[in-house]
Amino acid sequence: MSLVPSALLHSTLDAGHAAYRHVIPAGEPWIHEIRAGEYFRIVDLHGNQAVDTLFYNAHDYADRYSAQDTIRTQANLYLTTGTRLISTGGTVLLTIVADTCGRHDTVGGACSNESNMVRYAIEKRYMHACRSSFLKAVMEWGHRGGHPGGLEMDKRDIASNINFFMNVPVTPEGRLTFEDGISEPGKYVEMRAETDVLALISNCPQLNNPCNAYNPTPVEVLIWDAGSRDPLGREP
Amino acid sequence: MSQWPILWEETVQPAASWSHVLKRGTSLRITDVDGGANAGALFYNFECPAERYNMPDTLKAQHIARLTKGFVLYSDMGRVLCSITEDTAGWHDPIGGCSSRALVLAKYGEARYQEHRNEYYCNGHDSFLVELGKWGLGARDLTANVNFFSRLDTAANGAITFHGGNREPGSYVELRAEMNVLTILNTCPHPLDPSEKYNPKPVHLSLRRVEAPGPDDPCRLSRPENGRGFTLTERYFL
Repeated sequence: MSLVPSALLHSTLDAGHAAYRHVIPAGEPWIHEIRAGEYFRIVDLHGNQAVDTLFYNAHDYADRYSAQDTIRTQANLYLTTGTRLISTGGTVLLTIVADTCGRHDTVGGACSNESNMVRYAIEKRYMHACRSSFLKAVMEWGHRGGHPGGLEMDKRDIASNINFFMNVPVTPEGRLTFEDGISEPGKYVEMRAETDVLALISNCPQLNNPCNAYNPTPVEVLIWDAGSRDPLGREP
Repeated sequence: MSQWPILWEETVQPAASWSHVLKRGTSLRITDVDGGANAGALFYNFECPAERYNMPDTLKAQHIARLTKGFVLYSDMGRVLCSITEDTAGWHDPIGGCSSRALVLAKYGEARYQEHRNEYYCNGHDSFLVELGKWGLGARDLTANVNFFSRLDTAANGAITFHGGNREPGSYVELRAEMNVLTILNTCPHPLDPSEKYNPKPVHLSLRRVEAPGPDDPCRLSRPENGRGFTLTERYFL
C-alpha cells in the first residue's frame, strides 16, 4: 500500500478545547507524555520551521520510533495523513490524522555540532544544534525518573527522527535534495496516540540552512483528551 | 587493493549472523556469491559504541539516498567509520531497514528449528539483536541499518519499491575501515524482497590490509563534506 502524498486533511478539533497548549521557542527541547487516544497537534506558527521529533513507547523506551520501519510499513518515504508511526518493535505509536502541510521528512535526521562541522565548516561546532537539545531533554527526563520504572535515557536513545514541515525529496537516481519548504504560517500536523507515548521535540535552531530561511521560529503543541474526535476521523 | 594478501576469508551462510571489529587500515570485501544476496549491516566505534553509524548524517552530508563507491559511512560524531572504495553492484540500500519476526511469519509462514534445523527462518531484527547482545549491546543500540546488494526505487510521490535488477552473481563491495569499527552483519532477505519463497543467500567475506587514505583519496575528494569528515576522523587518532 502506498499513500497518496499531499493528502491534505483538516482537523475537526477546536484549539479552544485543548487540554494542553505550549509554545516551544526555537532552539529548545520539549518532552511530554501523551496517553493512548489523545490527539497531538504541532502548529508551524511562522512557516517552514523544522520540528525534529522522536517518540517512544512510554512503557519501554527501547521500543522507539523507527524511520526505517515507518517508511517500509507504508512503502513511502514521506509522512502525511494516514501514516502510522512505527517503532523498532513494530508497535504503532501514533497515526497522523490531519495534515494541512502535506509532506513531512524522516530521512534528513537532526542537526548536531558534529554533523554541522561536516556539512558546513569545522568552525560551526559551537553553534547550537538539535541533538544537544535532545540529549539535554532525555538526560534530564531519565535523571528525574520521568518513567515510572526509572528507566535511564542517554544518547543511545536519540534515534533517527521525524522532521515535521521539512521537504526532503529523493530523486529516482538516488539523490537526496533539500527543497524549499511547502509549509506556511499556521499549517499543522495532528496525530492520534495509539498507545501511551513519550514525545520529544527539538525545535530546530539551525542557522546554516535555507530550508527555514535561516530564521528558526516558535511552534505550538496542543493535546486534546481521548475521545475528542470521532475515532474514525469522519467530518461532523 | 588486490596487491595485498588476504588475511582471512570466510563465507557467511544464508540467513546467518556475523560480527567482527574491522581494524583501521583494513578493508573488507563482501561478495554476493550467487546473486540476490542481502547483507544487512550496522557499524559502531568499537572504543565507544555510543558512537555509531548514522543513516541521516550519511545521507544528508553526501546528498544521497543510495550507497556506492566514493561515498562513506558517517558516525553520529562527524567521523567516517568506513569508506566504500570499490563497488560493482552500484547501489546499496540505506533506507529499507530490516525484517521482523512478524514480517517473516506473514510473508513466508513458519519454519522452526525443530523441523528445519539450520534452515529455519531468521529475521533481520532478531538477528541484529542477538549479535549485538554478544558485544553487550541491545535494543537501544539497534539503529537504522544498511542493506548491501539491495536497491529500492523511489517514485515522485515517495512510493518505494524493491528493484529486482541489482542482483548479479559475484558482485562485491569493499569497505575500508577508517576507525576500529564493530561491524554487525546478517544475510537475512531484504524486508521488501518480493520473492514469495524464503530464499536467503550467502555472502563471502575477505579481509586485506590497505594503505591509509592519502590526500588524493577518491572518497576524501568526492565532496568537500567528506574532506572535513576525514579531517575529523584523523584528528580523533592524534
